[in-house]
Amino acid sequence: MVRETNKYFKFDWTTIILFFLLVGFGWLNILSASHTGGDIDYFDLSHSYGKQLVFIFLTFVLIILLLGIDAKFYERFSSIIYLVSMLSLVGLFIFGKNVNGATSWYAIGGMTLQPSEFAKTATALAVAKHISDLNTNINSFKDQIQTFIIIIIPAILVLLQNDTGSTIVYGAFFFVLYREGLPKYYLSIGISVIILSVLALKFGALTASIIGSILILGYHFKNRKKFSLFQALFALLLSIGLSFGVKFFYQNVIPPHQQDRISLWLRLEKDPVKLQQMKKTFAYNLNESEKAISSGGFTGKGFMEGTRTTGKFVPEQHTDYIFSTVGEEWGFLGCSFVVILFILLLLRILHLAELQKSQFSRVYGYGVASIIFIHFLINIGMVMGLIPTIGIPLPLFSYGGSGLWAFTILIFIFIKLDSNRINEW
Amino acid sequence: MRQLLLFASIIFVGLLFLSRLFYLQIYTSNEYDLFDDNAIRKVYDYPKRGFIYDRNGKLLVANQPSYDVMVIPREVEPLDTLEFCSLLKIDKEQFIKTYNKARRYSPRLASVFLSHLSKEDYAALQEKMRKFKGFYIQKRSLRHYQRNIGANVLGDIGEVNTSDLKRDLYYRMGDLKGKQGVEASYEKILRGVKGIKFIQKDRFNRNIGPYKEGKFDTIPEQGKDITITIDSKLQEYGELLMQNKRGGVIAIEPSSGEILAMVAAPTYDPNILVGRERSKNFTKLFNDSAKPLFNRSLQGVYEPGSPFKLMNALIGLQEGVITPNETVTCYAGYKYGNRFMKCHCYIGKRNNMVSGIQESCNAYFATTYRKILDKDGNASTGIDTWSKHAKSFGLGDFLNNDLFVGQKGRIPNRAYYKHIYPKTFYSTYTISNAIGQGEVATTPIQLANMVAAIANRGYYYTPHIIKSIENKTLPENFTKAKYTTIDKVHFEPVIEGMLQVYKKGTAASLQVKDIEICGKTGTVQNSTIIDSVKTDLTDHSIFVAFAPKNDPKIAIAVFVENGYWGSRFAGKIASLMIEKHIKGEITRKDLEEWILKHSLEDEYAKPYSGKPFKINKQTRLQLINDSEYKRLKRRLKKIQNP
Repeated sequence: MVRETNKYFKFDWTTIILFFLLVGFGWLNILSASHTGGDIDYFDLSHSYGKQLVFIFLTFVLIILLLGIDAKFYERFSSIIYLVSMLSLVGLFIFGKNVNGATSWYAIGGMTLQPSEFAKTATALAVAKHISDLNTNINSFKDQIQTFIIIIIPAILVLLQNDTGSTIVYGAFFFVLYREGLPKYYLSIGISVIILSVLALKFGALTASIIGSILILGYHFKNRKKFSLFQALFALLLSIGLSFGVKFFYQNVIPPHQQDRISLWLRLEKDPVKLQQMKKTFAYNLNESEKAISSGGFTGKGFMEGTRTTGKFVPEQHTDYIFSTVGEEWGFLGCSFVVILFILLLLRILHLAELQKSQFSRVYGYGVASIIFIHFLINIGMVMGLIPTIGIPLPLFSYGGSGLWAFTILIFIFIKLDSNRINEW
Repeated sequence: MRQLLLFASIIFVGLLFLSRLFYLQIYTSNEYDLFDDNAIRKVYDYPKRGFIYDRNGKLLVANQPSYDVMVIPREVEPLDTLEFCSLLKIDKEQFIKTYNKARRYSPRLASVFLSHLSKEDYAALQEKMRKFKGFYIQKRSLRHYQRNIGANVLGDIGEVNTSDLKRDLYYRMGDLKGKQGVEASYEKILRGVKGIKFIQKDRFNRNIGPYKEGKFDTIPEQGKDITITIDSKLQEYGELLMQNKRGGVIAIEPSSGEILAMVAAPTYDPNILVGRERSKNFTKLFNDSAKPLFNRSLQGVYEPGSPFKLMNALIGLQEGVITPNETVTCYAGYKYGNRFMKCHCYIGKRNNMVSGIQESCNAYFATTYRKILDKDGNASTGIDTWSKHAKSFGLGDFLNNDLFVGQKGRIPNRAYYKHIYPKTFYSTYTISNAIGQGEVATTPIQLANMVAAIANRGYYYTPHIIKSIENKTLPENFTKAKYTTIDKVHFEPVIEGMLQVYKKGTAASLQVKDIEICGKTGTVQNSTIIDSVKTDLTDHSIFVAFAPKNDPKIAIAVFVENGYWGSRFAGKIASLMIEKHIKGEITRKDLEEWILKHSLEDEYAKPYSGKPFKINKQTRLQLINDSEYKRLKRRLKKIQNP
């Protein structure tokens, strides 16, 4: 009966406060990035900041709805939600609207809706449902495959719509599966493949094969029992194959514009003329965003005072490149504040997930944290030039109704699940 | 431990981001400077550069409009290149070259396509400009030197170079700045302060509006007009007289230290350093073996020769080692040890101070010089005393004036000789100083200043070029008399000697009716090095004078390189300048005629000829040809009735 009297305190207010801090600070930066001079009319729908403010207010309605629905609903209806979501993705091939080369939007009246944003939540629910099913054993190969299929379907659908960024986000589920008992060799193989690929591209296939071989043989001689010579030789062949395969893949399969992005990221391009060319074309955003962040210095130029932001030097600054506005106007202090807010939010969700008694809630919570984490990693990493250009928004921060609502749903379903854990016996 | 993977990844990424932010925003970030921000366009508003007037209010330097053809490559539309080129007077090849250069610089930004159009070309072009999309005409302001005189006085302005930019943050690439002469030394007053507008631009380089509502914008401050001490008529006359000669003439008003004329020869028309031809002409002047850019009146360091005897006479009197009436017997020279210094006097001539100066007797001054140095029986302290007196006339050091260039000259003291004569030091060692040769060296302006101090009987005002600046008083340095270490009484006998130089001495032929001129001739041996052999050249002709004797209005020093004896060239020029200044017109037409007609160009060509040549007595004077003579006469007429 304690639960009844403290009806509002059962929600995790730490998460809610962090959520609103990010949304609020995000809006201030959208205001600065999309303001074009003159007086500010906060609800002027012809400006991004006006629309975003409306989206934010609608978020409250959404939150009340989400928290009002019975917690059990999400678990019970997860399959249906997933199904509907996948259908909405498929529907894009017929009714979709093409924006910036990606067919990811439904246009309804004057509004656009991006179903791929919501598909992440749906997939997280479906994965949680599947893993928490008593019949599912993550160690069995069959169940692994089933789980992968749940994840891969939306990933492939968004990839077909030319939305590479969203596809990569589905990699986030690796964290979830690993937490729930996916065999360790997945991690070893995953990390090895990434490292070998990077080595092969950066230093050539031969160097990568040699390094790979030394490590594999070294591991074999240390753990002869666990890792037999036969296994080692097999791994060796694979790693050499991978080293040369990556190069081939990079040169012949990946489209040229993505090749360029990787080559710039790995500093493969040495020709200064070509580099200059890159900086003027696809790396223009990156170059400008780094300059904007750098020019902010320690304290930044002040709210609405950023010269590069005012001059709209960074294209797409209110969406994917919103963090460069923070960098220019709020400086190192503001950027650190945002990074720390995200880390606190992620750790809080992670902590709550571990506290869950039901496996469904825990897996879902993990999914929430992982998805936000991948967005955070890729978006800020990209804006600061740490990883190749991949277009995905910064959660809660970037302009966009679909994104904001999708993350609101993602997070508040978990808050609802969490508030219900006392009953979960 | 499976829970740790995501946890550790989050922490790791967080730290990675913070360190990247640290690197970007603190480690590699510079202090924010509005001027370095390329999101802000800086538009400068250049004020009018101040005018320069001569002492009589005659305008010397003003501004003139100049027109540059600008191009914005992106906006250029196909055009009739043939017509365009013929309007601009360029060929098609140059058109393509310039256009491509501008395009490489920036397709969006304006570049100068052709600078400094003449007024006529501008008029013709302006009517048709609308036909050539992407091109437009921009007006700029250039200097205009009203009279073709005083290139060395006025100087010129040119674009700032990289070291200027580093030294003074006021300047921005492409700004103009005084490079020489008055333009350089009064740069800050003449230029004013440019105004600046900060404009926020977007990534397409379009203006969006004033940055922070123009909070940081400034309005330009007009450059101030200045008046200089030069008398343009006298200056022009001096430059005319120095045609076909090399050297310097400096005339100072003793009662104020104002420089009336400052002639350096050869000179050039200051207008050739304005506009499109500037850099071409500058290179030409720079490479000219006659060194027209070298301001001989300020930078030419010469041995002063006989005029320096005046200095020795004054020091001798001040130190009490001679009296005006004491005589020295000349043996057509002066014997010291087993060496001999020659003199023009006949053997047995007895000279007192006045006749010593009048005849420029070497023996008299050698004796005097030795007496000064040996006063205490120790030449080491003697030469220091001697040096101190000479320096009180502004010799041997920078005059600390407002001229852009200068030289220290040299008045040696004991320390100077330390490395040649480390131990023993006798007065005979430096006996050449007695007659203004040896180690003594002065610039024409120092010598003129010395004469001004003699004319004033013991003090001088630092010679300066500025007469007045709008609403500003001159610095004390120029208005306060500087006293020499010689007492007033000692000047009279020296001045009397100088008067006699004109009355019956070495300058007797140069007298000017009704003006009591006091002067002193000088003839200085000199040499140059040709193919690493020291070769003597014809003597320099030197003359110093002031007039009138009792109310000095002008003190003058004239150096004519390789002009032979003092009254031959320098003396004549000095007399003419004095007469011109005091009377305003010339009665000694004969002197004027002689100076205009004679040239020393042959003399200057000798060391470069590669052939052996003769000097002094064995040379013949060169006459100028008829057309040159007519040209000079025309210029003379213009000065007389402008």
